[in-house]
Amino acid sequence: MPMPNSDHIKVKVWRGDAGGGSFAEFEVPQQPAQTVLDVVTWIQRHADSTLSYRFACRVGMCGSCAMMVNGIPRWTCRTHVNKVVQDNRLTVEPLRNLPVIKDLACDMSEFFDKWKRAEGQFSGTNTRAQAVAAISPAEPARRAANAAIECINCAICYAACDVVSWNPGYLGPAALNRAWSLQNDSRDRRHGERLRAISADGGCLSCHSQQGCASYCPNELNPTASIAGLKKMAASAFFRSR
Amino acid sequence: MKAHRRQPLYLAFLLHRLSGLGLALFLPLHFYVLGRALAGEAAFDEALSWTEGPLVKLAEFGLVFLLAVHFFGGLRLLALENMPWSNQHKNYAALAVAIAFFIACGFLLRAV
Repeated sequence: MPMPNSDHIKVKVWRGDAGGGSFAEFEVPQQPAQTVLDVVTWIQRHADSTLSYRFACRVGMCGSCAMMVNGIPRWTCRTHVNKVVQDNRLTVEPLRNLPVIKDLACDMSEFFDKWKRAEGQFSGTNTRAQAVAAISPAEPARRAANAAIECINCAICYAACDVVSWNPGYLGPAALNRAWSLQNDSRDRRHGERLRAISADGGCLSCHSQQGCASYCPNELNPTASIAGLKKMAASAFFRSR
Repeated sequence: MKAHRRQPLYLAFLLHRLSGLGLALFLPLHFYVLGRALAGEAAFDEALSWTEGPLVKLAEFGLVFLLAVHFFGGLRLLALENMPWSNQHKNYAALAVAIAFFIACGFLLRAV
C-alpha cells in the first residue's frame, strides 16, 4: 500500500436523510491514483464509520457508486481525484433527482420503476427449445441497439437531466434509452405496447435535448440520440395511423 | 449556474428559451406600433419616426439577433428530431449563434 503523503484534500460530504441534512467536512490524505470512491471509503473507515454510501464492483461495471462530485454526477470508482479536485477541495453529494435514504445512498426505486413503465423488459417469442435467432451485426436495427446497449443503470443521466427535476413523471434518459434498444430488437414482440408507453405523457416527447445525459454518461452512450430515434418512431406511427 | 448545466448544449437550450421569451415580450410593442396605423397615417408615421433613434436601432440589433438565433436554433432542433442522428450538435449550435450574430451585425451596419 502506498504511503500517504503530507497533502490532504478538504472534502465536504452531505450527511442526512430524506428529512434533510447538511455538509460535514473532512480532511483526507491524498494518495497516488486515488479515486473519489477511495476518498469516501477512507472517511468511512478512518473518520466516521456511520457514513452510508453504496458501491460494489469498484471497476465501473455495476453502476452502484454514482454520486454528485463538485456538482456533476460521476461514477466515483472510476473518477480520479486529480481530475476533479478544485483548489484541493471536493464536494460529494447524493445523486440529484432521487430521494435520499441516508447520506450518499439514494433510493433507486423510482428509477427502476420507470424502466418498467417504459416496457424495459425483453419479451421474446421463442422458447429455449428453438434455435438462437440469427441477427447480422451489420443490420441497421442491430447497430442502433448496439449503440445503446452498454448501460450500467448508474442513474448518472437521470441525475444530470433537468427535465426529470422539472417533471417527476418523466421516464428519464436511461429508461428511454433501454426502450430504444428493445425497439430495435427484432426478437422482441412488444414493440407496439412499448411505443404507446414511451409516447404517453412523460415519455420521449418530453425531452428537451439538452444532452446533459450524453455529456456525463460514463460509458459514453448518447440517450438523447436514442430518444430522438424514439421521437421519430412515435411521429411515423402517428402519421401511419391517420 | 449549477455545475452540471455548464455544457454547450444546455447553453443552447437556454438561449433558445430566452430568445423565444424575448420575442414574445416584443410582440405586444410590435402590434401596438402596427395598430397606430388604424389611427391614421400621421399617427403611424409618428410611431415610425420614434424607431429612428439610435437607442432603438441598437435594441433592434438585439431583436434581430434574438429572431435569427431562435430561427436557426429551431432549425437545429428540427434536424435533431427529424433527421438521422449527428454528433455535430455542439458545432451546429455554435454555427446558429455565429450566423445570427452575422445577420444582426449586417442589420446594424445598414441601420447606421
